[in-house]
Amino acid sequence: MNEFNGEIKKMMIILSKATLENVYAAFVLANGARMEGIEAEMFFTFFGLEAVHKKKLEHLHVATVGNPAMHMPTMLGGLPGMEALATNMMKKEMEKVDMPDVHEFLEILKASGVKLWACKLAMEMFHYKKEDMIDDLDGVITVGDFYKQGSGLGTHMLFV
Amino acid sequence: MEKIIEGKTISVNEEGYLTNFTQWDKNIGEAISKEVNITLTPRHWQVISYLQDEFKKESPLSIRKIGKSGVVDIKEFYALFPNAPLKTATKIAGIPKPASCI
Repeated sequence: MNEFNGEIKKMMIILSKATLENVYAAFVLANGARMEGIEAEMFFTFFGLEAVHKKKLEHLHVATVGNPAMHMPTMLGGLPGMEALATNMMKKEMEKVDMPDVHEFLEILKASGVKLWACKLAMEMFHYKKEDMIDDLDGVITVGDFYKQGSGLGTHMLFV
Repeated sequence: MEKIIEGKTISVNEEGYLTNFTQWDKNIGEAISKEVNITLTPRHWQVISYLQDEFKKESPLSIRKIGKSGVVDIKEFYALFPNAPLKTATKIAGIPKPASCI
């Protein structure tokens, strides 16, 4: 044990997926850290970039194919409109538990002091420009930069 | 558990939250704020009385709700009560720690 006695000081959360359930999981973890007085930074990479892409963030979907927890045959999940249906159902349930939408959640995270970083390599791969991303983004950085951000005792990293 | 704050015997839980809001008064709030290293300003008191009003209405508190309160925005809330703002502010306000994840 170190001088912090194992206490978590900072959470570094990497989001690599754009399915709504994964985006929300990462957001809740980052917000939850701040609420407990723990620092939090997020690194958006690969499909996770869609969560901070101005035009895409409002259109994220729940995965209905390859998701055993949907409890429906995979072939049904692949039918047109299925993802939209499941997504609407999930959004309704989220509103009931006072869960904000992606746009509002990003605003809450930013106001709470969470740093939001986009992955440089993935940005290049998808041909995204900085202007395509939300204004609240703290910057486009490399994985090395992100590790540097996480230096210090009591930092934990999480890959979603 | 019982604790003596400002010469009064107060019921608290193991985390130091008051378990009986009727025992709270401003002096108790001041004393708890010193324990958590916060100097209360009129802005702090505005937020604290908002939290107490919500508690009296039995309306659950969350960071999202604070942001929509019209009393304080989330950024200022974090500035007023750094390090776990909702936990700290409710403790000073003499109300239970919110159980919300958001």
